[in-house]
Amino acid sequence: MTDSRLLLLEDVRFSWPKATEATLDIPLFSMEHGERVFLRGPSGSGKTTLLSLIAAVLSPDRGVVKVAGTDLATVRGAARDRFRADHIGLVFQQFNLLPFLSVSQNVLLPCRFSARRRIRAQEMGGSLDGEVQRLLTALNLDAAALRHRQAMSLSVGQQQRVAVARALIGRPQLVIADEPTSALDADTRDAFLELLFAEIEATGASLLFVSHDAALAQRFDRHVDLPELNRAEQATG
Amino acid sequence: MTGLFTIAWRSLRNRWSTATLAVLAIAISVALILTVDQVRRDAKTAFVQTLSGTDLIVGARSGQVQLLLYSVFRIGNATNNMSWESAREIAARDEVEWTIPLSLGDSYRGYRVLGTNDDYFRHYTFGRERRLSLVAGLEFDDVFDAVLGSEVARELEHDIGDEIVIAHGTGSAGITRHENQPFRVSGILEPTGTPVDRTVHVSLEGIEALHVDWRSGMQVPGEGTPADVIRGMDLEPSEITAQLVGLKTRGTVFRVQRAINEYRQEPLLAILPGVALQELWGLVGAAETALLIVSAVVVLAGLINLISVLLSSLSERRREMAILRSAGASPGTIFRLLCLESSVLAIVGIVVGFLLHQVSVRLVEVLLRTRYGVDLPGRLPGAPELLLCLAILAAAIVTGAIPAWRAYRQSLSDGMTQRT
Repeated sequence: MTDSRLLLLEDVRFSWPKATEATLDIPLFSMEHGERVFLRGPSGSGKTTLLSLIAAVLSPDRGVVKVAGTDLATVRGAARDRFRADHIGLVFQQFNLLPFLSVSQNVLLPCRFSARRRIRAQEMGGSLDGEVQRLLTALNLDAAALRHRQAMSLSVGQQQRVAVARALIGRPQLVIADEPTSALDADTRDAFLELLFAEIEATGASLLFVSHDAALAQRFDRHVDLPELNRAEQATG
Repeated sequence: MTGLFTIAWRSLRNRWSTATLAVLAIAISVALILTVDQVRRDAKTAFVQTLSGTDLIVGARSGQVQLLLYSVFRIGNATNNMSWESAREIAARDEVEWTIPLSLGDSYRGYRVLGTNDDYFRHYTFGRERRLSLVAGLEFDDVFDAVLGSEVARELEHDIGDEIVIAHGTGSAGITRHENQPFRVSGILEPTGTPVDRTVHVSLEGIEALHVDWRSGMQVPGEGTPADVIRGMDLEPSEITAQLVGLKTRGTVFRVQRAINEYRQEPLLAILPGVALQELWGLVGAAETALLIVSAVVVLAGLINLISVLLSSLSERRREMAILRSAGASPGTIFRLLCLESSVLAIVGIVVGFLLHQVSVRLVEVLLRTRYGVDLPGRLPGAPELLLCLAILAAAIVTGAIPAWRAYRQSLSDGMTQRT
């Protein structure tokens, strides 16, 4: 059965090996292609677990997780990591970059693990370097000056934008951003969101944006509350 | 594109101080074991070649090692001598190309005096067919001429023309000195790195001359016979201590050996110096094994340090692993990355250690050659060094898998979680 939806979680249950209670129990959660979803998830709501299930790092005890039409249960071993590299771009709260690599090397990291994204990146920018330059420039970074700098020499705001460039390179269908703005001050945060949206729009990717800051919610197509979605008791983290 | 190697290399450079220490620990251990191994092999070669080119050593019947010790190393004393007549008969055999008579029993200020003849300078070889040569003066010509080994000349600060008084007996105190027959230094030999350096060489006639005034080990009272009178006497020896024999073809060595061992006139012993030297090395060479074991333990310590450097870095690097995982790296990739890191450290360490070893060996070679005349083989590094390096690399790769496995387990459980 094919599914037009980009992401589908159906009757998914997950509990950590030593936990007695389930951490996640999600009857249904889905995203359409190109949809921008705001997921409000306070800490301890099973947010990281949910993202790990979608990113094929964890497998559910029960239920189906489908990304881009593929049931993740059918993908095993190292292929799961390749699947993540092919289809998903990730941005974390902070410390997204390998500090000892250059900005350019950091952006190109997914292309090392995904031939598909490497080829697409080459097509988009003419060459890998060209695409890195294009993305950095689009994200309002001085590509010429920063490209060869070590990642650790950048400001936090710059690092987050480099992380977005990495998540977007080679056009993965799904971009997951886990509290990407919480380390930024208000002005930088708004500018960051503008750029993120613009580029998501340009690449046609879907965006799953996780934050505890409900104030950001109005800018998204849809707003989902993880504690409401998750039927599991959230007694502990 | 950023290859795994670049990531490993950059990551190591980021932690250069600990990485450098790990490399240094390996380098020093590699240099040590390579040097110990080489010294071990060179020492054996040099030892076994203390005397070369000689096919048989002949002496009165005793033990193989005993004969070797007193005839080659000038250690201990012969219990019996062999007759000059037997020596001449052996020299006259068809198979024999040359012989060198050796007459021991006297000393000069703690150094042994060896009575011999011109054949000694012509046929005595050591090392890789090296011959004796004089740095100064001439071979002995007169009855009272002496040729000094390089150490004797250096330690006692003797020069050509110096007069020396030889003592009867071999105690360092010199039991009785042959005051009336002083010898004159006629030549000084080049350093050889063998017992030759510690020997005073005189002619067989010289040895006889020393004992003209002696009867049954006692000095005859009186002034002593003047040197010129002695020169006019018949000084052919009646016996010698040992004889070195060189054959025309090596193939006859066992036949000649048997003939000498079965010699009817007196009980003699002929030994093959190579075999005897090997046997003696077996006795004195036990230390080499101990040294090698110690070096191996140092290598082990270097490897343990390598693991500990990588293991201790792992907890700080969880974030790094999480980033790699999120970009699509599998736990297997993390494992390979860590293996690559330990291999890089090991390879750099081995290369540095090898260079360190080469430099120190060259320095030691120069020192030994100029100061002691020991001619190390000085060959280029070959299979033994390569094998040792490869073995150490293999050990490093195997032990490097331990931190790599830890990282693998860690990245499985952490996933993309940014634990710090």
